[in-house]
Amino acid sequence: MDRPFGLLAELTYRCPLSCAYCSNPLELEAYRAELDTDEWRRVLGEAAELGVLQVHLSGGEPLLRRDLAEITREATALGQYTNLVTSAIGLTRRRAEELRAAGLAHVQVSIQADEPTVADRIAGITAYERKIEAARLVKELGWPLTLNVVLHRQNIDRVAAILRRAEELDADRIELANTQYYGWAWRNRAALLPSRAQLERAEVVVREARRRLAGRTEVIYVLPDYYSRYPKPCMGGWATRQLTVVPTGDALPCPAAHTLPLARPSVREHSLAEIWADSPMFRRFRGTDWMPDPCRTCDRRELDFGGCRCQAFQLTGDPARTDPVCHLSPDHGIVTEAVRAANEPDTEEGTEDGTVAALVPRGYRRGRAPVVER
Amino acid sequence: MTGSGADPGLAVPATARPRLAPYVRSRFDGARGRHVLLGPESVIVLNATGADILELCDGRREVAEIVTELRGRYRDVGEDEVSRFLARLVARRLVVLDRAPGDGATPGEGSHDG
Repeated sequence: MDRPFGLLAELTYRCPLSCAYCSNPLELEAYRAELDTDEWRRVLGEAAELGVLQVHLSGGEPLLRRDLAEITREATALGQYTNLVTSAIGLTRRRAEELRAAGLAHVQVSIQADEPTVADRIAGITAYERKIEAARLVKELGWPLTLNVVLHRQNIDRVAAILRRAEELDADRIELANTQYYGWAWRNRAALLPSRAQLERAEVVVREARRRLAGRTEVIYVLPDYYSRYPKPCMGGWATRQLTVVPTGDALPCPAAHTLPLARPSVREHSLAEIWADSPMFRRFRGTDWMPDPCRTCDRRELDFGGCRCQAFQLTGDPARTDPVCHLSPDHGIVTEAVRAANEPDTEEGTEDGTVAALVPRGYRRGRAPVVER
Repeated sequence: MTGSGADPGLAVPATARPRLAPYVRSRFDGARGRHVLLGPESVIVLNATGADILELCDGRREVAEIVTELRGRYRDVGEDEVSRFLARLVARRLVVLDRAPGDGATPGEGSHDG
């Protein structure tokens, strides 16, 4: 059995932003009893023993945890490479210096677009200028800076300007990742899925930027898998390279796996080693024995592992089916229909002002349950 | 458009002086019994030869000198082998060359393994 390289530590699902593509669970009330500092220390220690070398401190917004520096310090002491995945709201100079002293290795700041009007509309709060300021602070304090940008129908046409912004900020990396359709993004899919023409334009821009920025800024570009012939090799194989621990202590092979009809093992009841090796959740789709046709006999079964289990479940109701993104899947029609709708001529025209399909922003505050119209 | 844009055949010149890129940490991982390189979003598990090569990449030694030193330890380490190993790490931005080759070309684009 492989040892995991990375732990995604989702410290809290609380977040000041309300992005319409949020991938966190829909029912946030169930995630209020967060692991405390000592519990996270224990989890990090168990993760180190299991072989985890990288810890991604994420959320929600991890800066909302007052003990973030303590948690970071523990990971650093264990020799783990720590990576803060943040909206940067709350990354004050005092807080940043505290994290620097705790050994934080790398900071990833999300931005929603290249300028405040669009970015703040997508984030749901006035955030853009604060984010840019925080990104400058990250560089000033000597961290490597990654900008994380979720791409979708309403910002993908701005990718050239977004890349210029990354260049101005002297970002070391920029991840331009098209939205993955889980959770809130699934509800907003029609408003988020770009057209083929948009993708083709973006690809030209990205290729040119890679040439221009070579050796300075690494440009990572992730296509929407709905447009791929084959599915993505999700998580590098189920329970093979990564694991996630959610705010309340459930351990998952991927952050979207809370949606699956499988019992969720908790670090409050079991060690990470037991969970990794023996829990039904982690064993269920490990390897290739579980595979149906056409994956079972496919040459690519060790390359893409049948695609994403969560997407298979979301689209077909059965997590053990071939990911419908694959053109060989018997369910592929579900994906081609969504792609067809995204390429209707009338919807293509409405992308500039987003009038075609309005985004439904995610709500976080208590007692303000978001209304979903679709 | 994923995967490595690096050309694995691209060699590092014998006069280059390699060192670990800024932000990259090297350490021994007890769980695997191997040396590892850790950088932003990347982990490389090294074999014994790889670990020995990197130990000598201090930004002062030239590739040719590194090869000479390694030959004291291994009978059959080739300059090609060392050069290609380093080129792969340069392409992944884990190693930088302090003295760039004459034309200033940097091999390949970054890769992303997540």
